[in-house]
Amino acid sequence: MAASFQQALTHLRSTRVWKSIFRRGPALTNRTRSVAVFGNLFLHFLPAKVREKSLRVRATYYLGSISFLLFAMLTITGILLMFYYHPATPQAYRDMKDLRFVVSNGVFLRNLHRLAAQLMVLAVFAHMFHVFYRGGYKPPHEFNWVIGVVLLLVTLFLSYTGYLLPWDQLAFWAITVGTNIISAMPVLGKYVRFQLLGGTIVGENALLRFYVLHCVVLPLVAIVFVAVHFWRVQKDGGLTVREPDGPQKD
Amino acid sequence: MDPKKTSHETGIASDALKNPQRVVFVTRKTSAKVIGEVSGQVMTYPHLLMREAIAFYILVIVLVLVALVWDAPLEQLANPLLTPNPAKAPWYFLGLQELLHYFPPFVAGIVIPTLVVVALVVIPYFNVNVQGEPLWAKNGLRRLRAFSVILIVLAAFLAAFEAWTVLAPTVVIGGIIFYSYFVPPGGSPRAEYLRTRPVSWWVMTWFILVAVVLTVVGTFFRGPGWSWVWPWRSHAG
Repeated sequence: MAASFQQALTHLRSTRVWKSIFRRGPALTNRTRSVAVFGNLFLHFLPAKVREKSLRVRATYYLGSISFLLFAMLTITGILLMFYYHPATPQAYRDMKDLRFVVSNGVFLRNLHRLAAQLMVLAVFAHMFHVFYRGGYKPPHEFNWVIGVVLLLVTLFLSYTGYLLPWDQLAFWAITVGTNIISAMPVLGKYVRFQLLGGTIVGENALLRFYVLHCVVLPLVAIVFVAVHFWRVQKDGGLTVREPDGPQKD
Repeated sequence: MDPKKTSHETGIASDALKNPQRVVFVTRKTSAKVIGEVSGQVMTYPHLLMREAIAFYILVIVLVLVALVWDAPLEQLANPLLTPNPAKAPWYFLGLQELLHYFPPFVAGIVIPTLVVVALVVIPYFNVNVQGEPLWAKNGLRRLRAFSVILIVLAAFLAAFEAWTVLAPTVVIGGIIFYSYFVPPGGSPRAEYLRTRPVSWWVMTWFILVAVVLTVVGTFFRGPGWSWVWPWRSHAG
C-alpha cells in the first residue's frame, strides 16, 4: 500500500502539469531536492542544505518556527474574525456578543486567536532568550539579532493593539493604563499619545486606529521583518550550532 | 569575473600585489585551519521541511484542543466612568506596571524600557562574551570586590525605593554569583556549570528572573490599590 502510494506520488510528480506548476519532477536526486527549495518562491529564503546538528530539537526547540507558525495561525483566524467585526463603538462589543451567541464556531474562533496570540508572545520571548544562551547573536549574526529585537517589539505591539478591539472593560482599561505611561515621556509624550489614540481619551478614534494598526500596518511590518530575518539566517551561514555559552571547545 | 568585486568580497585590498596584506599567520610546523568542525549536512527538502510540518500539525492540534475548552474572557461593555480596581495592563506589561508602583512614571515607564531595548540591541556589538570567559577566570578577587560593591549599591537603591519584588530576585541571583566564586574547580557538574558562567550569562539570567518575578507578582499577587493579595484567598469584589 505504502509502496504503491509512493509510486502514485512519483507518477503524479512526473506529469506535465505538476512539472509546470513546481518547475521540477519528483525529488529523487539531491539536485531536484535543492531545486525544490530554491526554485520555490516561498521556500527560496531557506538554505538548500542544513546542518544535521541544527535539526536537533535541543538546538532550537523549534521556537522560531513555532513563533512563525503561530503568526500564520493568527493571520488566518484574524482574517476570519475580521469578517464579523466592525471597528466602531459600541458595535465592536456587540460583535463580540455575536461571536459568542450567533456566529457558528464564533467562540472557538476567538479562543483560537487569543490563545495563539498569548502563545506567540511567549514563544517570541522564549526564542530570544534561547538564542541568547546559545550565543546565536555572535558574529556574523549581529544584525539578525537586532531584527529579532524589532520583531519582539512588533509582536508586543500587535498583541497590545489587538487587546483593545473587543471593547470591553478589560480592553478599555488596559489600553488606558498603557497609554497613560506614554504621557510620562518628556516633550513628546502627550503628542505621541494623542497621535496613537486620535484624541485625548481612549474612544472611537482610538479603536479605529488600533484596528488599522492591528490588522494592516503591524502585520505588514512583521511580514517584511520576518522575511528579512529568515533570509539573513541563510545568508549568515545557517543556525549557530556551537556549544552554548561557556568556554568554547576547539 | 570582475576582479574588483572578488577582492572586495574577500576583504583584501584591490591591488594585493602592490599592498600585501596579512590574511593568516602560520607559525612553523602548524597549518592554517578553521576552528570548528564541519558537521554533516542534510537536504532541507525533505529533512527540515518535514520536521516543520510535523511541528505545525502538533501545534494546531494543541491549539484546537485548548481553544475548545478555554474561553477568551469578555467583560462588560467598556465604560470610561467605571474604573476597575485594579486596572491592569496585558500580562506582558504587568512587570512594567509593577515597576510603576515603585518608581516615578518617567523612570519605570520610559527610562527602564528604553534601556532594556537599547541593551538588547547593542548586545552583539559590544563583543558581549565572544570568548565565553568565566566571570572569575581573571582577577578573581578584584572582580569579587567590584561585584560586591555593585550588589550592595543596587540593593540599597532598591531598598530605598522599597522595591521589594525587584530586590528579592536581585539578592537571590547576587547570592548565587557570590557562591559561584567560592566553588572549587572540579566539583559536581552543577557547581562546575555555575563556576564557569560568563558575565553576560549572569546579567541576562538576572534580567529574566526579575522580569518573571515582576510579571507573576503583577498578574497574581496584586489587588485593589495595587496592594499585595494572595491569589488563593477570595476577596470581596
